[in-house]
Amino acid sequence: MFRLVAAIVMISGGAATLLAQSPAIFRWAGDAEGGAPYVEADPSDPSRVVGFDVEVAELIAKGLGREPRFVEVAFTSIDQSIVRGDADIGLSGIEDTPARRAGYAVTLPYYQFREVLSVRSADAGQLRTLADLRGRRVGTLSGTIAYEILLAAERDHGIVAVSYDDDVHPYSDLLIGRLDAVLLDNVLADRRSRTAPGFVTHPEPVAVSHYVGVLAPGNEVLRDRINGILLDAMKDGRLEAIYKKWKIWNDDQRQLFAQALGGESIAPVTGYKTDSAAALSKWDATRRYLPSLFRAAVITLVLSCGAMLIAVALGVGIATGRLYGGRLARMALTGYVELIRGTPLLLQLFVLYYGIAAAVRLPAFVASLLGLALNYAAYESEIYRGALLAVPVGQLEAARTLGLSEFQTLRLVRGPQAFRLALAPMTNDFVALLKDSSLVSVLTVVELTKQTQIFATNLGSWAIPGAVCAMLYLAMSLPLAGLARRLERRWQ
Amino acid sequence: MTPSTPGLHEESRLALRDVTLSRAGRPLIAGLNLDARPGDLIALRGPSGCGKTTILRAIAGLDPFERGTISVGDACLEGGTALNRATLHRLGRSVGLVFQFHCLFEHMSALQNICLAPRHVYRVAPEAAERAARDLLRQLGVESRADARPRELSGGEAQRVAIARALAVNPPVLLMDEPMASLDASRRAELGALLQKLTESGRTLLVTTHDERFAEDFATRVLTVESGTVRERI
Repeated sequence: MFRLVAAIVMISGGAATLLAQSPAIFRWAGDAEGGAPYVEADPSDPSRVVGFDVEVAELIAKGLGREPRFVEVAFTSIDQSIVRGDADIGLSGIEDTPARRAGYAVTLPYYQFREVLSVRSADAGQLRTLADLRGRRVGTLSGTIAYEILLAAERDHGIVAVSYDDDVHPYSDLLIGRLDAVLLDNVLADRRSRTAPGFVTHPEPVAVSHYVGVLAPGNEVLRDRINGILLDAMKDGRLEAIYKKWKIWNDDQRQLFAQALGGESIAPVTGYKTDSAAALSKWDATRRYLPSLFRAAVITLVLSCGAMLIAVALGVGIATGRLYGGRLARMALTGYVELIRGTPLLLQLFVLYYGIAAAVRLPAFVASLLGLALNYAAYESEIYRGALLAVPVGQLEAARTLGLSEFQTLRLVRGPQAFRLALAPMTNDFVALLKDSSLVSVLTVVELTKQTQIFATNLGSWAIPGAVCAMLYLAMSLPLAGLARRLERRWQ
Repeated sequence: MTPSTPGLHEESRLALRDVTLSRAGRPLIAGLNLDARPGDLIALRGPSGCGKTTILRAIAGLDPFERGTISVGDACLEGGTALNRATLHRLGRSVGLVFQFHCLFEHMSALQNICLAPRHVYRVAPEAAERAARDLLRQLGVESRADARPRELSGGEAQRVAIARALAVNPPVLLMDEPMASLDASRRAELGALLQKLTESGRTLLVTTHDERFAEDFATRVLTVESGTVRERI
């Protein structure tokens, strides 16, 4: 007993020592998927990250006397992750918005960027502003100032805003004609133009904003120390050296540094009036977002119902083919089921939308519908196959002795009984599909979860958007479960 | 096409020649010969597990058999060969089978069970099929159970619905596996009389049974399976 207590004391002591050492680490969150020049895995050593934000983080850590440690967090979740305490600061091309300034401890701006419009080279003469893009598709990264600008341009200029989860595919889709323009930071546009020629970026900014570091609310003491370090680095040329190294230094930065060092107040965004949800009361913001959440819920419902219908039809075909088909058909269908079940749905969606785009350019909604349907068809087929096999053999023999053909037996005797057995797992799958449909946001379809994420990012909180989103999903799935229970009762 | 009309004696001819049967590789019956004449009501007796049901299943084309030939009407099954679809189709129109455990279609009412084959195999109009089905149910004393699902029927009722289902397509040869098993004494007598009536128009019935009384009272011929051989009691 004494030994046990001693061991616990020793372990506790060790943990306490570790905790005491933890302030020596400066954890900074970023998204390496964002790539160069912000943060990216070092091509020569993928276990470490490189980029100008990496060097800014190192500069801050050094000023604080700590060891920098990178924490990978998805770009759209960095704010929430900081509030959770996963890292001390978020630094990954994080935009300076009124919502962030209101909801978090935000550092002073350390880089100024322009929101710039890129169009295909052939369209450069006629498509110069958002007003020129009426009825055309304009893409950007979701949850950004640029997306907010595009939503406003949907109302003002009749453009079609398309949201992406990454900053690479908007440009590739622009080049293959899925988009007519891209609105993004000049840093991203410059980088992409070097690797994917064929588009032109208009230098006139649609808006101007900055990159900032974001800290949890209440962490103002650390934020102020970081501001001091950044000002020193602006003054002694260390920040300039970093930006020059990454080829992002320009006159805008000279102007920003002068403003910062002169103690001038710097507006988060200029050239566009941000109408942030964070500035509204929670209730007003919710009321403002409700129509778009309802629209997104309709997209989720239509997508799920359509995909399920196709999946059921294909699933029945696959199951029947595997039970009644020839050897080759059975092998091919088994191969299909195993391939689909053995690979992630997300990968299948990417392949359908981006992978085969050179050969077949599917619209985002069609690719989403097909991706979900083809994936769920494999799972449905296994349910039906199991259900068909579960029909007692005596039933099939009775049908045979009555002279029914194999097809008639399937249609009139085996199928209907199997369908009753399959109903419960089918309902379960449909409810799962309703939720899995959120994955199609990677193909630029703004469904319920994506719209909720946009709402939450703009509001700076997940509490209300999450609750509304959950209620809408429940409102869709509960009646379905009720209907299935009624059918089951009726058939029993 | 409509269900074949009883009275065509060639269709109700059943002949087994030197048939050898086995189950899961275990020999059951060897050298079985049988010539059933139109109008015969043959009782097939023997201890449990002796192979009575296996004989019926082989005649109905549900299981292959080792050797010999089975002829029913114009369908001929060869032992040791896989059953082909055309033969099975012809067989399906000549032979009806009432299973011991009924095997009624669980998702259909009694009436729908009976109408299924006339409507979908013989293309009888729905109204005519239903009329005939109700008539059969009345003859078998279960008309009131027309709309009941199989699980709502008693053992005896299910047995009679299964007989009605087999009779609905008017098979020249009717095989019945232990039809008396679920019936009380008075129902057995009723069923025996009904089976006799079914043979009057030239239909051949082969019925497995443990019921000695039934065999004596109603069968025109009695076959006994014993130690792998089948003997006819004269």
